Amino acid sequence: MTDKLPNMKPYEEEVKEFSWDLSKEELNYKDGDTINIGEYCTDRICKLGKADKTALIWEGHSAEVKRYTFDDMRVLTNTIAKFLQDLKINAGDRVCLFMDKVPELYFGVLGILKMGGIAQPLFSAFGGESLLTRLDDAQTSAIFTQKKHVAKVRKILNDLPSLKHIIIVDDDGSKPLREREIAFNMEKAEKVENFDVYPSKAETPSILHYTSGTTGKPKGAQHVHYSLISQYITTKYVLDLKDDDIYWCTADPGWVTGTSYGIIGPWANGVTQCVSDSGFTAENWYKFIEKHKITVWYSAPTAIRALMKDGTETVKKHDLSSLRHLCSVGEPLNAEAVIWSEEAFGLPFHDTYWQTETGSMVINNYPGMKIKPGSMGKPFPGMTATIVDLKTYEPLDKQGTVGMIALKPGWPAMMRTYWNNKKAYDSKFVNGWYLSGDRSSIDEDGYYWFVGRDDDVINTAGHLVGPFEIESALLEHNAIAESAVVGKPDPVNMEVVKAFIALNPGYEPSKMLELEIMNFVRKKLSALAMPQEIEFVDSLPKTRSGKIMRRVLRAKEWGEEIGDISTLENDL
Amino acid sequence: MADIKDAILDYVKEEYLEEDDDMEITYDTPLITGGIVDSFSMVSLKVFLENTYNVQIPDSKATPEAFDSVNKIVELLKEFNVGQEG
Repeated sequence: MTDKLPNMKPYEEEVKEFSWDLSKEELNYKDGDTINIGEYCTDRICKLGKADKTALIWEGHSAEVKRYTFDDMRVLTNTIAKFLQDLKINAGDRVCLFMDKVPELYFGVLGILKMGGIAQPLFSAFGGESLLTRLDDAQTSAIFTQKKHVAKVRKILNDLPSLKHIIIVDDDGSKPLREREIAFNMEKAEKVENFDVYPSKAETPSILHYTSGTTGKPKGAQHVHYSLISQYITTKYVLDLKDDDIYWCTADPGWVTGTSYGIIGPWANGVTQCVSDSGFTAENWYKFIEKHKITVWYSAPTAIRALMKDGTETVKKHDLSSLRHLCSVGEPLNAEAVIWSEEAFGLPFHDTYWQTETGSMVINNYPGMKIKPGSMGKPFPGMTATIVDLKTYEPLDKQGTVGMIALKPGWPAMMRTYWNNKKAYDSKFVNGWYLSGDRSSIDEDGYYWFVGRDDDVINTAGHLVGPFEIESALLEHNAIAESAVVGKPDPVNMEVVKAFIALNPGYEPSKMLELEIMNFVRKKLSALAMPQEIEFVDSLPKTRSGKIMRRVLRAKEWGEEIGDISTLENDL
Repeated sequence: MADIKDAILDYVKEEYLEEDDDMEITYDTPLITGGIVDSFSMVSLKVFLENTYNVQIPDSKATPEAFDSVNKIVELLKEFNVGQEG
């Protein structure tokens, strides 16, 4: 049975005693040693005597199940690493993974790291333009994908001269392969028992995750192998994973949670994890927990609110007594969801807060620490966090005052740069603080309370979407003269994309045009970026210099004060 | 009713599958749990149904379960008397 005591000491005690050296000691790592995440998650666990322990239980759409031990994973990641080397992929080359949540995605990340490549996972629901932007920026050398997604890659191939190989993991030979395509069947490939893992050092690049901002193209947050030091210990302390746990992280590795805590953290701890490649329904999720006896569950507020919407009747139909610890990430977890989860599962969800850039958890609710429902929790021991003034960026010492969450750089998983964009990276640091872009306050007990973003970025279902990217895509539609995109409050997804659109002469608003525009954006960018609501307008609020005032539209959607509109050119 | 099923099936194939995708979809193929239509894309499918059949589907009825196959969608539309006349 799992030890009832949390892995982490009581919070105040841990804050006094914590040092990242503790994590290094447990990982048997000394400064200057080689450190390769791929090796740490596979070979090292086997050497610790867990070669035959189950590493992954994977379930597909039609409930087919595959199981892999840590030794299977060691050999399969070797096999992938060798395959890439044979393709003349070199250390430091970017290799993209553009797949559903299949085992090849999970093992692919580790295989790439083992041969010294930089893994670039991208959400498989991205449309062609989203994919092109990110592959072009990273000058990606190879991409792993599936038959169902390869058409999107084919369409943009002419714009990607650096992309040498399109590796299809489920090719069945029924159709001829095209230019630059190669089939790779992980299960049938000749197994590579021994592989010389790339001797990466602490600062060797590991993973490139793209994230959206208010303006400009998405930025690639580049991480390094040393991130393991943070990801290992936060997994152990915040997710409280123990040797006999069965863990389920519902995040897709196309996003940072899916790699930091859906690949690296749990496997570096030698824990068994489950993955479901099935789409969401409440019934399916509960069945999955019951069938695999999940003990620790890391999910997202959007999913939790969707489960709430479904009600407790479905919960009661299943034996979910295996669950012992629940955590959440992606957007603020509202108090109602925490209270509901206690009613439904007898356990509260513990909110965690962090970002693509931070690489590991930052402000969290810990096992054993009192939860204040709706609060983000407290900073992870070893990290210095504060709230800074929104204009001066000086720390605020008054409780309850809203400012921006700022972090003292230096924790191991912090991004090391934005790919090809050092200027944007440098702009994230002021007065010696990393500026998160998120607003919050701190109460008298040191708990953080999320207020909102400090920019126009939309957080929908825990994913950041840049309004500029969507507005640019909309302008490519023949009917659209101009547009403004804002986040609109949504009871399940926190925010959804709303587009205000002025049409070109000769076009009239209609329901069919609305649907056409929605699908246009969905295919070009992604379903997340698709406006869930479109409002046709005659014109958009602009400054006298012609800049669209998104904040005016956003304030209307949120029922907030519009603020200073002295620079407004036209009436609302 | 067969016409309605085919119209929805054609729309799903046209809008949610890539042109090179040779996946076979039937009236019973799981759309949401099968990963063909994600929860965000479900919104555009709902708008299509509302526009095409002149109905308003409340959010409480537009659940992943109700949208999980063409046959299930048709069952949902019956609640709004679509395909029931005659």
